[in-house]
Amino acid sequence: MSDAGAASVVRAHEMGVVACHVCGAVCDVVTGTGPVASCPRCDNHLHRRRPDSIRRATAYLIAALILYIPANVFPVMYTTFLGSGFPSTILGGIIDFWRSGSYGIALVIFIASIAVPCVKFAILGLLLVTCQRNSAWARRERTRLYRLVELIGYWSFLDVLVVAIVASLVEFHALSETQPRVGILFFGAVVILTMLSAMSFDARLIWDDEKHE
Amino acid sequence: MAIHPHLVICEHCDAVFQRRKLAKGETASCTNCASILYRSEVINVHQRLALSVTAAIAFMIANTFPVVTINLHGLESHTTMWQAAMALGQGDAAPIAIPTAAVAVLVPMLQIAILIWVLLFARDGRRAPGFAHAMKLLGVLRPWSMVEVCMLGILVAVIKLSSLVQVYAGAGVFATAGLMVLMTLIAGRDVSQLWAVTGVGAAGGETQ
Repeated sequence: MSDAGAASVVRAHEMGVVACHVCGAVCDVVTGTGPVASCPRCDNHLHRRRPDSIRRATAYLIAALILYIPANVFPVMYTTFLGSGFPSTILGGIIDFWRSGSYGIALVIFIASIAVPCVKFAILGLLLVTCQRNSAWARRERTRLYRLVELIGYWSFLDVLVVAIVASLVEFHALSETQPRVGILFFGAVVILTMLSAMSFDARLIWDDEKHE
Repeated sequence: MAIHPHLVICEHCDAVFQRRKLAKGETASCTNCASILYRSEVINVHQRLALSVTAAIAFMIANTFPVVTINLHGLESHTTMWQAAMALGQGDAAPIAIPTAAVAVLVPMLQIAILIWVLLFARDGRRAPGFAHAMKLLGVLRPWSMVEVCMLGILVAVIKLSSLVQVYAGAGVFATAGLMVLMTLIAGRDVSQLWAVTGVGAAGGETQ
């Protein structure tokens, strides 16, 4: 079982066992599918697959996609300096860094705020569509993509933290002030929703042949 | 219903494997989808407790002393991560202050407190009162703990402001850097090993 090639892998339902998603214990299945009693070790409900995985993940993803528009359209920050004020959007901030010659920092923010969310949208969308169709295509690679989403997901919160730090520091009243604007609320919501979408998605569905939902 | 302590199931593809004792530094990965199944023990319970107490101290320093101080024509201003989260609480974006305070301060604080609680008992192979709930909570909190993102956020903010004002790193930023390393050591996925090394009476047979 352990060192054999991929062809001879035994899957949990074939052995009549199920993994507890809280403590990882391997438990015997009592009934067929759906909730199968609770884990004898940690008393958590056992599920063969996360309930409503695809539907929940899709709902979170669509909500995130919709909010991504106001997150980029509305300014995330408003800075006043000696009486004159100017708003800045996420993309505007990146362009400012690039123009002032801070290419490295422009790249870091671009990756965290634009590239990572877009890659997440694309990968989660791909996984949800292929799993709904019970596709057997590139299962190993798709599992790898899921792990990538889990790994990079929370780095997008970077911009929210940067706005928070800058807004709390630059508070010189008449001289200069920085305030958070509504764009950062939408952007933060996008990050949280994509994280929830990835958490709701059950990667084991990639490997299932039979239809689940 | 029985538990099979000698088996492990891949969380990403549901393949079942026989558990095996790993040499130091070894990682067991799934032959089917290449996900990591489990790792060899990097730190034992006593070391994890010691590092958790260290993390608690680092956390207190990181959140008491300013992470950044700026100076604009003699006017000084400084901030901690908590004050930064609270600064989002003004204006139209106010609701985002709550998750920000959570990921930057509250979640790491809870993780450290829960770890110290369960580890104090796990030292003697015992399960702390509320062990199952504590372990479940640690699993729920892990993805929302963003000390390393805070660290990068502080660096980006420093660079952003350095063209306009004088910027100084505070003591808090060094403690945050230390906390970042400590959190990856103490609060990673391998915390679930505590299930195997603790247990009362009959559950004692669950050790691998």
